[in-house]
Amino acid sequence: MPAVVRRPVGRTPGRPLAGDPASRIGVRATVGARARRLASLALLAGGAASGAAGCARAGDAGAGLPHRELTGAGATLPFPVYARWIAEYRARTGVRINYQAIGSGGGIRQLAEGTVDFGATDVPMSPDEATGARAGDVLHVPMLVAAIAITYHLPGLDAPLRLSPELLADLFLGRVNAWDDPRVAALNPGVRLPPLDVRVVHRAEGSGTTYVLTDYLARVSPAWAAGPGRGKDVRWPVGIGGRGTEGVAGLVQRTPGAIGYVEATAARRSGLPAAAIRNRSGAFVVPTIASAGAAAGAVTAAAPAGTDFRLSLVDADGAASYPIASLTWLLVDDVPRDTAMARAVVAFARWALRDGSASARAVGYAPLPPPVAARVVARLDAIPWLADGPSATPAGAAASFSRAATPASGEAR
Amino acid sequence: MTTPTLPPPAMAGAPRVDPPEAAHTGRLGARAAAGGDRAYRLAIALCAATVPALLGIVAVALVRGAWPALADGGAATLLTSGWDPVRERFALGPALAGTLLTAALALLVATPLALAAALWTAELAPARLRTPVAALVDLLAAVPGVVYGLWGVQVLVPWLLADVAPALRALPVVGGWAWLAGPSYGPSLLAASVVLAIMVLPFIAAVSREVLLAVPGAQREAALALGATRWETATRIVLPYAGRGVVGAVMLGLGRALGETIAVAMVVGGAHAWPTSLLGPGYTLGALVANEFGEASGDRHLAALMLAGLALFGVTLVVNALARWLVARVADAEADA
Repeated sequence: MPAVVRRPVGRTPGRPLAGDPASRIGVRATVGARARRLASLALLAGGAASGAAGCARAGDAGAGLPHRELTGAGATLPFPVYARWIAEYRARTGVRINYQAIGSGGGIRQLAEGTVDFGATDVPMSPDEATGARAGDVLHVPMLVAAIAITYHLPGLDAPLRLSPELLADLFLGRVNAWDDPRVAALNPGVRLPPLDVRVVHRAEGSGTTYVLTDYLARVSPAWAAGPGRGKDVRWPVGIGGRGTEGVAGLVQRTPGAIGYVEATAARRSGLPAAAIRNRSGAFVVPTIASAGAAAGAVTAAAPAGTDFRLSLVDADGAASYPIASLTWLLVDDVPRDTAMARAVVAFARWALRDGSASARAVGYAPLPPPVAARVVARLDAIPWLADGPSATPAGAAASFSRAATPASGEAR
Repeated sequence: MTTPTLPPPAMAGAPRVDPPEAAHTGRLGARAAAGGDRAYRLAIALCAATVPALLGIVAVALVRGAWPALADGGAATLLTSGWDPVRERFALGPALAGTLLTAALALLVATPLALAAALWTAELAPARLRTPVAALVDLLAAVPGVVYGLWGVQVLVPWLLADVAPALRALPVVGGWAWLAGPSYGPSLLAASVVLAIMVLPFIAAVSREVLLAVPGAQREAALALGATRWETATRIVLPYAGRGVVGAVMLGLGRALGETIAVAMVVGGAHAWPTSLLGPGYTLGALVANEFGEASGDRHLAALMLAGLALFGVTLVVNALARWLVARVADAEADA
């Protein structure tokens, strides 16, 4: 029988009996547990109070908008502008918008599944995408104009390289293999072209940028239309794939003789040159805010009155138009599950179209020209389920646009 | 409290005997203890069953997702080339070939280096260097794949383009080899293989080192006593003794090489064509899925990508099974000998 060691029984006051487990959970421990409970309750109360205060604050400034939080997902191309707009809109109205730049296809899928309130895409939805899951169509609200720059790595060039549509298509088809080809020299008289191989860099994954470029190439080159065709991802005859815009930009930067395509702001950011493409009127145009806006203006002016704005801007008319441009859209269900939520999204879009052009320019993106933006807002106003809501703008939408445009007209056009 | 009756100590080689339930009694009594044991066994069995269950769930999901592509083209999808999303024709042959090629090349490069590192750390290193070097190798294994991809894009690919490709082509015998011919852009199957080799090396080295260290000291002492040199001890006695473990380490590395996606996607060059040159771009199954899944629209496109995932799953299973069979055969041969 093992011997049990006993402690002396006499107790010092305040100290529990050593060796007795039950008495170790003594007064001190109870006090500690109570204090912990009180602390956690206080934290909870504080959190609830601040949450309520926050809601109250937002509610006062929101002018009666029922939705405080919106979620959206979609294109990566306009993300810098959307991020700024979201921050400004929140400061102004308290409405919190969460936008995830997962790509146009992802945005369309999420909208179809109903997991986000709005989507964003650089590529208009195809018919089977649009009528896929839900009743009704999808509203395409154009927000910005994007331009796709053709970048290249040719040492020793001072001015932008000049390219014609047919030559551009042949470069990407692999029919022109060297930069000192006579066709390139003919378009660039007096320029010393290095005797380098043409190395095409394209996007490895599908993207809206690829869609815009292939849309253009399919229009200007029958060989391209019969071959790779237009799509977010195509069968590239030659070249290597870079992963993402940064991948393509990095490869072009590091490979002498490379030619690739990136969004114009990305080219500017990476310090890459952009080629001057000959547009329909015969002028060689580089991608700028002005030339992208001119393309949007020209195509919208020619569009019928009831257009749904699923317009392609490539190969636009007009002497100042850049030929490889595209609208980028916000997507909202035309028969929404939640009308109040859809109205909140459209209110944000309206605000951005009216007051967001300065922010867009600041980040280097082209806002919609005022006449185009006015047409978009007028169309939004004409939608029945949007008409009677707290955020409907008065009928003078066009007038308000011309008022807002006056201070901006002095800026670089 | 009654002292529990212990079963007699098991003889070496005797079958395991479970002691009777009643011998174990806790504070709650014999019946409760027996029930507790049953519950414990059930709980542990359920936990253990989750692993094959997960495997089954993944396999079923992949097969269901890939079924349209399998029904359309069947085996031809895996053996032909031609990736045309616009016309919805998808073929995975080049990606499959690229996967196997890059993994094989990566192992070819990494295994000798890793084994040498493991041998040196386990056998020949001075005692005070053993731990730091082992820690450094383990650190290399902890670096995420995307970091290797970034390093590959910024450092490795330009270096391959500028220095390595011309140097390889200038070699006397190998230089004219068809697999080194063709235009070199930088991103290539060789770049992907090098990145994979660097990622796989610490895995093989770490596991091989542990296996080598587990070889009983008696074996080494016996060899040295018989007059073997340290090199002979290491290569003729220790390494063969640890053979199965080393093969397991290599299989672990192969698994990682087959499955690595992001690092390979950044440096492989994204070309859907049969690999004809190590210095030309290519594709692997993992990189294909990583690149295309985000923007894939259209059921056939998605089904083709699911088929790529299923193919990768299948390749990994087949290779692992093959390796186990090989190891078992070698072990049987050793046991017979």
